[in-house]
Amino acid sequence: MSAMEQALAASDAVPLSLRGPAATRVVAGYGFWLFLLSDIVIFAALFAAYAVLSGETAGGPTGAALFDKKHVLIETACLLASSVTCGFGSLAVQSADRSSTYCWMAITFILGASFLSLEVSEFSHMLAIGAGPSRSAFLSAFFTLVGTHGLHVSIGLCWLVVMLLQVATLGFQPMVSRRLFCFGLFWHALDIVWIGVFTIVYLGVH
Amino acid sequence: MGTEIEAQGKSPGANIHTHGTRLSYLIGLGYATVLTFASFWASSTDVIYPHGVPILLGVLAIAQMGVHLVFFLHISSAPDQTNNILALAFGIFVVGLIVFGSMIIMAHLNHSMMPMDRLLQIQR
Repeated sequence: MSAMEQALAASDAVPLSLRGPAATRVVAGYGFWLFLLSDIVIFAALFAAYAVLSGETAGGPTGAALFDKKHVLIETACLLASSVTCGFGSLAVQSADRSSTYCWMAITFILGASFLSLEVSEFSHMLAIGAGPSRSAFLSAFFTLVGTHGLHVSIGLCWLVVMLLQVATLGFQPMVSRRLFCFGLFWHALDIVWIGVFTIVYLGVH
Repeated sequence: MGTEIEAQGKSPGANIHTHGTRLSYLIGLGYATVLTFASFWASSTDVIYPHGVPILLGVLAIAQMGVHLVFFLHISSAPDQTNNILALAFGIFVVGLIVFGSMIIMAHLNHSMMPMDRLLQIQR
């Protein structure tokens, strides 16, 4: 019996009003999904600001002069690969396999950290040549949008370290695997935001 | 436990079918890689009519977001995912409103704005 048939059978057997509250995992996952969508709305506002201001360079350097596509491609590859290793990690969490959880999540951390270091090196290069956020409206919007994404990635990395410590100390208790599950959603959502960033900012659609 | 969860719907990313999910991540990786390379290629090639490039890049980005949603976040149209899909649809609606609304309004404002040099002349 497939999962869908089971679900249909269960929903026939018990009327909706008598089913009681949903399981914590469902509630937590749904609540976190709503948080992620509201986070994406924040990014939408920053994308809108960037799209409006991207031409206002005030005589300063333009995006075409500043961005290095090869650099961005490597950043994209890091983030995409970390998304997949994070997925493998959450499969390991589902089967309560401690060593492969550590392994995949460590690879996820390394890939995320290399993405972040590439971004920091790009930012510091731009600051060094005088293209900081105070140079023009375009650069203010750029640093706000890309910096907010970078901030999310660094928060995600801190969260990942905390979760690995919780796996080490608490093991795969339901709350720990629930949190790891939410971390996976967060990490995948950041990758989706990055698709928008590299398409709109670096490849220059507006 | 399993039937209890399914009777109440499913959280996004929840995977009851544990078989072959590693494969689904790899399929997702394959699609995403192809779409990413296509975007980078399209932005730097002369083969495509230049005015069509932004539209092509937009289509590729939306396709890749779809690939991520389906293969990484495991969003599907199954009946037990109705809540997730509804929330996602509302999110997309708000995002579209913010992004395209701001762009249209600011483009119109820009268009009806007096050029800066003439504004300075009046003020003198």
